[in-house]
Amino acid sequence: MLYSEKVMDHFKNPRNVGVIENADGIGEVGNAKCGDIMRIYLKIDNEIISDVKFETFGCGSAIASSSMATEMIKGKPLKDALELTNKAVAEALDGLPAHKMHCSVLAEEAIKNAILDYYKKNGIPYDHSQFPDCDSCQHCN
Amino acid sequence: MKIYADNAATTKMSRRAIDAMIPYMEKVYGNPSSLYTIGQEAAEALESARQTMAEHLHCMPREILFTSGGSEADNQAILSAARLGEKKGKKHIISTAFEHHAVLHTLNRLEKEGFEVTLLDVHENGLVTPQQVKEAIRPDTCLVTVMYANNEIGTIQPIGEIGSVCREAGVLFHTDAVQAAGHLPIDVQAQNIDMLSLSAHKFHGPKGVGALYAKQGIRLTNLIEGGAQERGRRGGTENVPGIVGMAAAFAESCANMEETAKKLTALRDQLIEGLSKIPHSILNGDRTKRLPGNVNFCFEGIEGESLLLLLDDAGISASSGSACTSGSLDPSHVLLAIGRIHDIAHGSLRLSLSEENTEEEIAYIIQTTGEVVDYLRKMSPVWRDLQEGKRSYVIQ
Ligand SMILES: Cc1ncc(COP(=O)(O)O)c(C=O)c1O
Repeated sequence: MLYSEKVMDHFKNPRNVGVIENADGIGEVGNAKCGDIMRIYLKIDNEIISDVKFETFGCGSAIASSSMATEMIKGKPLKDALELTNKAVAEALDGLPAHKMHCSVLAEEAIKNAILDYYKKNGIPYDHSQFPDCDSCQHCN
Repeated sequence: MKIYADNAATTKMSRRAIDAMIPYMEKVYGNPSSLYTIGQEAAEALESARQTMAEHLHCMPREILFTSGGSEADNQAILSAARLGEKKGKKHIISTAFEHHAVLHTLNRLEKEGFEVTLLDVHENGLVTPQQVKEAIRPDTCLVTVMYANNEIGTIQPIGEIGSVCREAGVLFHTDAVQAAGHLPIDVQAQNIDMLSLSAHKFHGPKGVGALYAKQGIRLTNLIEGGAQERGRRGGTENVPGIVGMAAAFAESCANMEETAKKLTALRDQLIEGLSKIPHSILNGDRTKRLPGNVNFCFEGIEGESLLLLLDDAGISASSGSACTSGSLDPSHVLLAIGRIHDIAHGSLRLSLSEENTEEEIAYIIQTTGEVVDYLRKMSPVWRDLQEGKRSYVIQ
């Protein structure tokens, strides 16, 4: 099989699908040309992610990575969410095929962008080095 | 329900082909080059298979070379024509943008050697015209290679007319008929075909066996050096059971061709009609000039791999031209060649039917595909943007 049972479980029964109206932070990465887009919505209370939802256009591992990543940050302080790595997401899914690792990168970056959006909207100072710059993703180039 | 709808990828072997092969594994396992009885019996089986293939292609048995499949036949046909051409200083080849990679990658290799390749544009309906071929032919053209039917969108090219254009111009004409053989009538003489590739596993024969027809007088270049098998044009002990199975499957497919085509066309049209009702979907390839069993759609706002996985979960085996399924970053070159942009080419679905499919199965595929597309759209940010007017529809 291409995917682990965990990936298939999160793909077929994705957790946290949907939107949050008036979200405190929204992050989006990818583009339709490349075949994957992830959008993450965060509800933040006292620097804690009280709710998270996602929408994903993409392959099985993109949907599974979004689902797993949102599970991993739900209820967690922002600083923990910022430390979530794509490797941790892939490991939690019992691994991704090598050519699908970029899906876990998208999940990590979508979350970071959503947090960045929250900081910017609220004028909260942040450390630039903690956030991806858009040119770092080589997926489409 | 378990539904196999990926017959363009490969087919289930026919009972008759399996039965034809078994004796050549259990009893007549001799090497056709050996002179004792079971060797000579194997050699006879080989020649009888060659005869069968030749009859159905309307050529002479000596014009049939057995290969390991369609890819090898394509490689050998193109390389042979190139070697013949370069001897006369002719190093220009004409093909199309939507050939199989067995053709395109062989052409790439020749380009690196200094050949010039013209890839004809494919019209949005998935067809190239004889006129395009005619206009592209130059004094230094040594080969025209145009596929008979496309493996993704199933469109059938005007092979006979292209053959005439080439014959008139005195240019060799090869066609990759891997998707056509056993499904569409072939007459290499009437259609002026100089070389033709086919593959057994696309018409209910075994995998790893195919044939190259090369008109008498065309000197083939070996891909495999070795013994004197295949009149010295392909070294290696012949795959006797495979070849026998191919001939049996080919004879059977050709005998049932009309009847099968009639049945498949009805199922195909039922499927096209049903899937067309999904909003923002579009059929890829001409509505009628397509293989009887081929259906190929793009659905806006979703990605093909997730569609395939959910269809598989519902028991349906199909395929897609999305980047994720092609193993590269780009979606199918065929869909791009007919002008589908990346965004929607990622959301493609190919269903290729066989005579085993039923109307009930088609109804189930239509219903399930509709549900799965709807489900995926509901979690797609692209779909949301389309619905909210933040992005404009590519497919109306
Ligand atoms: C049009 C076309 N050409 C060539 C091939 C390669 O055939 P084979 O798998 O027998 O090498 C295929 C099969 O995928 C095909 O569809």
